Amino acid sequence: MPELASALTPLRSSENSRKVNMTEAAETDQVPVFRTRGLAVYYGDFRAVRDVNLDVRGQEITAFIGPSGCGKSTVLRCFDRMNDLIPSARVEGSVEYHGINLYDKAVDAVEVRRRVGMVFQKPNPFPKSIYDNLAFGPRLNGIKKKNELDEIVESSLKRAALWDEVKDRLKASAMGLSGGQQQRLCIARCIAVEPDVILMDEPCSALDPIATARIEDLMQEIKRDFTIIIVTHNMQQAARVSDRTAFFTTEVNNESDRRTGVLVEFDLTQKMFSRPSDERTEAYVTGRFG
Amino acid sequence: MSSDTNRWEIGSLRLAPARRRADTRMRLIFSAAAVATLAISILIIYTLVKDAWGFFIDVPKGDLWNIGWFPRRGIFDIKTLILGTLMVTGIAMLIAVPLGLGVAIYLSEFAAPRVRRVLKPIIEVLAGIPSVVLGYFAISFINPNIITALVGGSNKAFNVAAAGVAVGILTIPIIASVSEDALRAVPMALREASYGLGARRVSTTFRVVFPAAISGIVAALILGISRAIGETMVVAIAAGAVGGGLFSTDPFQPGQTMTAAMAALGFGSDQVAGSGLAFQSLFFIGFLLFVITLVLNMIGDRLVRKVREEY
Ligand SMILES: Nc1ncnc2c1ncn2[C@@H]1O[C@H](COP(=O)(O)OP(=O)(O)OP(=O)(O)O)[C@@H](O)[C@H]1O
Ligand SMILES: [Mg+2]
Repeated sequence: MPELASALTPLRSSENSRKVNMTEAAETDQVPVFRTRGLAVYYGDFRAVRDVNLDVRGQEITAFIGPSGCGKSTVLRCFDRMNDLIPSARVEGSVEYHGINLYDKAVDAVEVRRRVGMVFQKPNPFPKSIYDNLAFGPRLNGIKKKNELDEIVESSLKRAALWDEVKDRLKASAMGLSGGQQQRLCIARCIAVEPDVILMDEPCSALDPIATARIEDLMQEIKRDFTIIIVTHNMQQAARVSDRTAFFTTEVNNESDRRTGVLVEFDLTQKMFSRPSDERTEAYVTGRFG
Repeated sequence: MSSDTNRWEIGSLRLAPARRRADTRMRLIFSAAAVATLAISILIIYTLVKDAWGFFIDVPKGDLWNIGWFPRRGIFDIKTLILGTLMVTGIAMLIAVPLGLGVAIYLSEFAAPRVRRVLKPIIEVLAGIPSVVLGYFAISFINPNIITALVGGSNKAFNVAAAGVAVGILTIPIIASVSEDALRAVPMALREASYGLGARRVSTTFRVVFPAAISGIVAALILGISRAIGETMVVAIAAGAVGGGLFSTDPFQPGQTMTAAMAALGFGSDQVAGSGLAFQSLFFIGFLLFVITLVLNMIGDRLVRKVREEY
């Protein structure tokens, strides 16, 4: 995927683009969407998570589970370089996106985020109209024609199963929607920029069971078009929606008194929940975890 | 609560009398403060309105629209003062709005935490400079170095433009600090949403953060304008026209603002204190100022309600 490599690279640093490793990228089929090797993330001196080796495949739903503080969000935020916004955060090891090193100096985080969208734990619609929320991303990408925007807004809302509920009040503020509707709006807003991957960090934790079920259905609907990674505390949800599951936990270490997150096991969801290879996974998925 | 029988009696939940008396005392103290403030405000407005009205009844109406503001000679041309005030405020805003908002946006969205920790207190120091100092700064620096360079020497030593620039400098910290607070109050989640969609910092700032903070920013601007309109000392020192002034639309000539005119009535050698039209005119201008500021605040309120993006 040489086009992708150059697309992720801002023009001004094109002379650096040779540094981007494309040998692996050539073997398109085998290359996972994300591949991390020896990934560790620090907040200042504190190593929050270490030794994460993961291959996330396309058109699948990957779930991250594990106790609070084990670094699920931290790892997730490496995939769209959202950790860049935290001044103290530092990433070690490699994160490859379609074979391209995401943390290469030549890669522009903004270009990454145009391809890798994110849905957050707390719905965060802009305090603008429903329409303007949906049109925000496309407008950033230079789409100005009203009929084009109208079409994107409508199709994104339809794919997020929200169209029927809001089609008569597109000009109303998105803040007037219910929590579940707001979260679907955020998913629609993400879909509107046609990303390649959607990262979801506990997207249902603020929602009631009905709204949650709708979002899970929605994920199944859209997984044909997008690669999805979801962080969840809800074991049933991971079992229901995901194809593969990664289990993280925390470990004491000798470098600080705080516990560092590690990836324990990563496998097909079915296997993770029926016969995991690591006993810590088994303890966690069966609810015998401390 | 010693025995099981009276454990659930109402007595154990009852408010202790001493506690109740303390509550009453505190309530009285605080409501006294509120009442005192209200009473003072009413007294001020009453004095203002009484003398303003007295002046308006007594003054020959032709004297309210004349060649200039010469209260000691019975010429009370109101438009001279209003135009002077507008010019000073306008020039001040030309300086203070871009600089104040620019600083606020820089501090809140672009500056590294370390830079902000240094810069913010410096700006607050600027707010603490007495306006007298800025008045002299206007005549000793702004006028000779900036205004003269701008118009090539056709300006007077004391003029409206120099005073306006100085008032503008005085207003920067207010606009900067109030609007910076408004910008920083915008939840991080909105910025994350924007970055998550592939926005750069500039788009995030101007399409998400700024609109979300608009009510605070409008408030900052209104505060700034009110401050500029109310500024007295700088204008009294730097704008010239102490005892009175001719009507003039030229900002490079001496001019008279409402506040400076009021101050001048107070401190000439021929004190006008006591009675007489000149004295009463002071209250008339004061009343006008009061109304202008009130209207401004109402407009601001309206504006905010109309464009507010509530998060
Ligand atoms: N911005 C930050 N600055 C400093 N430390 C952080 C920051 N964000 C997270 N951490 C620390 O990193 C570790 C991992 O946090 P992270 O948020 O990734 O955990 P998580 O698995 O997502 O937990 P949860 O399930 O509670 O969301 C924790 O110890 C946390 O305190
Ligand atoms: Mg988390």
